[in-house]
Parts: sequence; C-alpha cells; structure tokens
Amino acid sequence: MNIYVLLKRTFDTEEKITIAGGRINEDGAEFIINPYDEYAVEEAIQVRDAHGGEVTVISVGSEESEKQLRTALAMGADKAVLVNIEDDVEASDQYTTAKIIAQYLKDQEIDLIIAGNVAIDGGSGQVGPRVAELLEIPYVTTITKLDIQGTQATVVRDVEGDSEVIETSLPLLVTAQQGLNEPRYPSLPGIMKAKKKPLEQLELDDLDLEEDDVEAKTKTIEIYLPPKKEAGKVLTGDLNDQVKELVTLLHTEAKVV
Amino acid sequence: MARKVLVLGEVRDGALRNVSFEALSAGKAIAEGGEVVGVLVGKSVSALGQELIQYGASRVVVVEHAELTQYTSDGYSQALLAVIEEEKPEGLVFGHTALGKDLSPRIAGKLNSGLISDATAIEVAGGNVVFTRPIYSGKAFEKKIVTDGLIFATVRPNNIPPLPKDESLSGEVNSLTVNLKDLRTIIKEVVRKASEGVDLSEAKVVIAGGRGVKSEEGFEPLKELATVLGGAVGASRGACDADYCDYSLQIGQTGKVVTPDLYIACGISGAIQHLAGMSNSKVIVAINKDPEANIFKVADYGIVGDLFEVVPLLTEEFKKLKINA
Repeated sequence: MNIYVLLKRTFDTEEKITIAGGRINEDGAEFIINPYDEYAVEEAIQVRDAHGGEVTVISVGSEESEKQLRTALAMGADKAVLVNIEDDVEASDQYTTAKIIAQYLKDQEIDLIIAGNVAIDGGSGQVGPRVAELLEIPYVTTITKLDIQGTQATVVRDVEGDSEVIETSLPLLVTAQQGLNEPRYPSLPGIMKAKKKPLEQLELDDLDLEEDDVEAKTKTIEIYLPPKKEAGKVLTGDLNDQVKELVTLLHTEAKVV
Repeated sequence: MARKVLVLGEVRDGALRNVSFEALSAGKAIAEGGEVVGVLVGKSVSALGQELIQYGASRVVVVEHAELTQYTSDGYSQALLAVIEEEKPEGLVFGHTALGKDLSPRIAGKLNSGLISDATAIEVAGGNVVFTRPIYSGKAFEKKIVTDGLIFATVRPNNIPPLPKDESLSGEVNSLTVNLKDLRTIIKEVVRKASEGVDLSEAKVVIAGGRGVKSEEGFEPLKELATVLGGAVGASRGACDADYCDYSLQIGQTGKVVTPDLYIACGISGAIQHLAGMSNSKVIVAINKDPEANIFKVADYGIVGDLFEVVPLLTEEFKKLKINA
C-alpha cells in the first residue's frame, strides 16, 4: 500500500508568541511536527505494518523542515519529500501549499493520504481537503479510527463530539483528530536508521510549476498580539460570601448570566 | 463595491444554527449593499427559508434531496456548486463548524479560490474587505484580505453579532433541482455522545475541568453547573490525558478553541497550551486551590478554594438567581 503523510513544521505548543518587524518572531523558538500531523505519521506506520507497503512523508516549506521530516523517518516512515519553496515563493497561502502537494502527488500511485486535521499555527484546516479535491479522491476529516479491508475503508469521524461511522473506498484522504492513536517516540535505532533513509528535496521547477501557478489568493496585511489581559479580582472572605459575590458580579457587573 | 453574497444556512435537529445568523451578518458586511442570498441544503428544509430572510437574506435558494438528509462532502459540495453556478456570487460565507470546516476547503479547491477560515471580525477598509482571524490558536491575530477572485470565508461561532431578527420581512424561497452522483462516502451510523449538552464551540457558557477534578466522577458537579447555566462542559489536556474525560472535550492549542461569554475554569492550572484555547473568552472565572496558579493571571474573577466545595455552592447560587429572575 502506498501511503502519503502531509506534514508541517510548527511552533512548539508551549512557545509564547512575540512579533518582530510585523512578523511572528521565530528567533530561538522550538519547532515540532504539527501535533495533528504526528497522529497522521503514527497512523500511516500502523497501516503499513498491518497491510504492507511504504510510508512517504511530504512537507512544503524551507530547508528547516528537514528536521521534522527526519523525526518522522525516525518514527518509522520510509521516505521523505521536501518541496523547498523558500527561494521561489514570496507569500504563500493554503491554495499555494495544496496546489504544490497535489502537483507532486498526481504523478504517484496513491492508496491513502493522511494529514493532520489542522495545523496549530495557521489553524485553517484547508490543505487536506483541498488536496483531495485537486486529486479528485474522497476524503474524511477529523477521524478517530481507521479500518482498512482490501480497498474498502471504515472510518470514524469526530463531529463536534458525536461520532459518525463512514464507509468509503481507497484511494482516500483522511485528516487526523486527537484520539486517533498515541504517537510513538522515535527510538535510538530509529534515529540512526533515519539518517540513511531517502529525503528528496524538490523545488517548483522540478514539479513543472511556475511561481504564478501557485500565487496566493489571500494576503496577510497585519499581525498583532491580543491586548494583554489585566489580572482580575481574586475574591476574599468566607467561601459562601465569595460565591454569592461572584454570582452578583457575573450578573450585574459582567452581565454574562 | 456592491457584491452578491451567498450564505449557507446550517440546519441541525430541524433548526437553523445560531452561527448561520452570524454568517448572514458577515455576508451583509461583505456584500456592501449588494444582495445576500441564503442557501439551504437538506431533505426538507425549505420551511426554514423565511427565518434566513428575517435575519438578513433577501431571498433563499433551497436544494432538497433524500441523499442530503445527512451531511456528506460529496452531496453538499455538488448542491453548493450547483447554486454557485446558477447564482454566480462574488462572496460566500459558511459557519466555521464541523460542516463548514469540512466543506469549505473543497469548494475553494474546486473553484481555485482563496478561503479565509475562522474569521472573528469583518470590516471594510480602503476598498478591501478585511478579515480578522486568530492564529496560533488565539495567541496572535492576523488581518487578511482576498487578493484574487471570490471572497470566501468561514466565521467562528459567537464572534460576529447577528442582525436583529425582523419578523415583518419575507421573501422568495426557490428550489433548485440537483442530480447527485458519485456519492463516495456513506454514513453508516451516528453515535451521539454530545447530545446531552450544548455544543462546546458554540456554547455561551463553558465550565471546564482540569487535573483538579481528579476523576471521571469529578466532572459531575461541573456538569450540574453547566446544566443550570445552559452551558457546555470542557476540559484541559491534563484532564483528557488522565482519562477523566473524552478528548472531544479538550480545549487548548490542541483541541478546541472556544470564545464563550463566560468561561469557568475549575482546577485548571493554566498551561500556555490551554490558555491559547480559551483566553479570548469574554469573562473568565478561575477556581483553583493554588493561589499562584497561572490561570488567575487571565481570570477576571478568581476564587482560591477547592472546586468540590465551590462549584456546588455556585450551582445553588445560580439556581436561586434563575428562580428570582
């Protein structure tokens, strides 16, 4: 089975965000595999181990994403592809990323594509479904269970807390929701092996794309931090009185109940 | 510049969701005086058309089909694309719900258009429609414009105020026939786990528990408080990782981002990853035994104390308030 994973390098969830020169300040920040993409990598490895085949991890970004791709290889993926757009693309959006990934994938034999349901930085959740649409294959988002029998797939999808059991067929794209699995940590032998696994670097040229073909359809004109919240009022006195005071405050001052 | 804007009315359990009225309000802003057309998709949904008009649509297009009883991306995208083909809009707005998140990128992919997901505010400035949206789960915000083609956005529930309902308004509700084909995903079963309460991402009140709730049973007092306030129960990653509750309740940078009117954090320390998911709530109350807990730094009101003492007392007080009201 040919399994592809879409992976993004993101800020660590414990990082504070600061802005420098109108951009998010990346100096000194820790980067990780987008947590939802980590579920995708784990699921791909499990599907391969059960059904055979090969897991290829793809990322669109800069040279720096190589580290996260190596981590995925250390977890157990077989191959990695990095489409480096650093020199070619000035401003990208989800249209750009999806177009590049689809352009690469349209020439591959595909049974299954797994992506995270959303990246914790941009937070749009667009790239997975866009890629499926461009490849004209079905997709199911925010899945918590995947079961494959031959070319049939049974998927459980999280819908705002409810679960849908969905039947569909391969080739298929799914996006991972928390709860799908428990991603493994790379083992030491895994890390050693990962160094020798193939990591192909491509640029737009290699995919017969021009910058104009992937030009963003949207543009960010400003980035800012939310106003810092003032520390509020910690109530004091007898607990019963505190509770009464709180209810009064919420009712008359904050007017939220 | 006046634009024609289509707004999808989302139906759940036979009624329109609030976020659809908010989407209509967003559609009005994008239209800049142009026509706002409501769209309804489902099995028998046309009766809801007038309500969309009372909230700001000038008319409504309905696509009804037995195969559209439940949402599937194949069915709904064919329905929507048929309406888009017929109406040729310059703007398109959905709610940023499970349905909107699943459907919008596909429509954008098909139309080769941009898409601004999860908008929390819309303004028209310097000839552009400018969208505000959270990034890094609300640790920062960005302002975005569409530079090419259709202005397509999804709007986060609870952020864009709906227009007041005007029951004197009425308008045309027309149906469009669509032949559905190639439905590649089939829903075999829906297991309703969230049915007991209000949907977390749309709730006006959220009562969230952290490691301090100590067990699955520890969530009971929180559920009672949520019931009294008509709210939903959420949780921190700590509580989910400890198996006190289902991951679908998780609020944070991984998990859901919520912006209710009132957020009551019970036994939650306030890790950065949790704060990202809730710090843009309008009013935050923290209940924690540890006076040094981070959560107090973002709380509007705090009570230092044991949640198992405080929460039941709060429930009683709110009950009294409701009776007197």
